[in-house]
Amino acid sequence: MIRKIAVLGGITKSGVRETLRMVEIYPGEIVAVVGPTGSGKSQLISDIEYWADGDTPSRRQIQINDQVPAEFAVETSLRRLVAEISQNMNFVIDMSVRDFLLLHAESRHIENALEVAKAVVDCANQLTGEPLMMDDSLTALSGGQSRALMVADVALLSNAPIVLVDEIENAGINRLSALRLLAGRGKVVLVVTHDPLLALLADKRIVMQNGGMAKLLTASPSEKVLAGRLQKIDAVLCELRERIRLGGELTPEAIKEVTWPDAQRVSA
Amino acid sequence: MRLVIVAGPPATGKTSVMLHTLRHILTDKIRVAVCKIDCLETSDHSTYRRLSLPVMVGLSDYICPDHFYVSNLEEIFAWGEKQQAEILVVETAGLCHRCAPGIKGCLSICVVDNLSGIDTPKKVGPVLTTADVVVVTKGDIVSQAEREVFRRRIEMVNPAAHVLEINGLTGQGALRLKKVVLASPSIEGVEGRELRYPMPSAVCSYCNGETVIGSRYQMGNVKKIVYREVSND
Ligand SMILES: Nc1nc2c(ncn2[C@@H]2O[C@H](COP(=O)(O)OP(=O)(O)OP(=O)(O)O)[C@@H](O)[C@H]2O)c(=O)[nH]1
Ligand SMILES: Nc1ncnc2c1ncn2[C@@H]1O[C@H](COP(=O)(O)OP(=O)(O)OP(=O)(O)O)[C@@H](O)[C@H]1O
Ligand SMILES: [Mg+2]
Ligand SMILES: [Mg+2]
Repeated sequence: MIRKIAVLGGITKSGVRETLRMVEIYPGEIVAVVGPTGSGKSQLISDIEYWADGDTPSRRQIQINDQVPAEFAVETSLRRLVAEISQNMNFVIDMSVRDFLLLHAESRHIENALEVAKAVVDCANQLTGEPLMMDDSLTALSGGQSRALMVADVALLSNAPIVLVDEIENAGINRLSALRLLAGRGKVVLVVTHDPLLALLADKRIVMQNGGMAKLLTASPSEKVLAGRLQKIDAVLCELRERIRLGGELTPEAIKEVTWPDAQRVSA
Repeated sequence: MRLVIVAGPPATGKTSVMLHTLRHILTDKIRVAVCKIDCLETSDHSTYRRLSLPVMVGLSDYICPDHFYVSNLEEIFAWGEKQQAEILVVETAGLCHRCAPGIKGCLSICVVDNLSGIDTPKKVGPVLTTADVVVVTKGDIVSQAEREVFRRRIEMVNPAAHVLEINGLTGQGALRLKKVVLASPSIEGVEGRELRYPMPSAVCSYCNGETVIGSRYQMGNVKKIVYREVSND
């Protein structure tokens, strides 16, 4: 049972100690990782995926329940505790969706592999536009289809207690449904994002700067209210997006009918 | 001296991985020498020189680089001893992967990358199946699921191997390889030692420089193709 994951601070890209010396994350929490491009967001989640022990460019060390990973479990079990959606938009591996999912299930010691594989494909198809098939070649999938499959694979097949997500907002899939799917109950979830809505929906956020963890913020009540409003605005945007991408035209009447959430001021 | 053999398909990251690993080893003030075996050309020596190490290059030219490597192991070992190296790394370029350079009693590392195709672990053959350590590079370019599937394929053909994922660009993972290298046995010499896998005989006329095509020009150990109809399944 994971009770806590701790990231012990290492060094920034300039080689000096990073500001935050320790960040603790508990099951059930969603933590956003924000920062400019190149500030080390992907490196931070890759450190967790790798169970860094001072041996990555950031020199961070990851602990689990106050223990070093090697004391907590053997390497093969440790690997299975983490599921990661990396920033890669496409598959490189050349095999069919079916073979890939079956082999992935085997590597994760999953028993009813074929059933799970089917569920993954169904789930991916709910996230994406044009459906993908079991017999499709992975490399022929579009960027969005690939991302949808990666999300479904992490959510249903890997189903790990620690979930790491690197920028799902750019894939043309519904990022909120994707996040809901990924952030199952009681999981440790880290989400790298440039999206204000995703960042504010999280419980905490780590601010990255020059490769180091510079700040840890807890979502304030007023930020939560703002997140609620952003979510409503987002729903309108999503609805418009769907209409436009299905070939719809927006007549002056249709535009008039778009209802925006009221513009009241947000007070703390 | 510890003899460490590093092999694997071209451009998988052998030099990049060893550079990071040796950098870690050198911080312990351990003396290291490197020998690179290739066919026609290599620039690896200048890369290794960046660590200020004694580096030697052996080019096999018209001979199979793996056969060339075995025939010269004693000389390479003697050179390493002359450098007073505690660790001698031999990076070989192996061409067809039908040969494996591994030696019984010495650490054998095979480097493959995540981009080389899902059937590569099966195709690479003895160089991978006889290795103690299989290093997988270029994980930064693929998804976690792909890395897991690729690793699974490796474990299927070499269940005993220690599989290490190393990023040849950042060096992430190289400290783990350092530990394995330092834990490997030291040997007194290579004479009398055995290869882990026999190298196939290749003494035909083309080995000796023949260029003209046709049975009339073929001598020595010639193996003719056996036809087999391949059906679409
Ligand atoms: N993205 C990425 N590139 C890598 C990685 N490892 C190596 N490379 C790149 O791959 C190329 C080949 O790396 P080398 O280390 O020269 O490979 P090698 O196996 O020694 O090559 P030969 O000696 O020529 O057979 C270089 O451009 C490296 O920068 C990695 O983990 N990720
Ligand atoms: N603490 C660190 N020390 C040394 N190098 C680092 C550190 N953090 C990150 N890097 C390196 O800096 C580069 C950029 O980092 P990274 O890819 O994590 O940025 P990012 O915030 O994810 O950017 P983007 O928003 O563009 O995805 C990488 O090569 C990474 O290995
Ligand atoms: Mg990134
Ligand atoms: Mg090389």
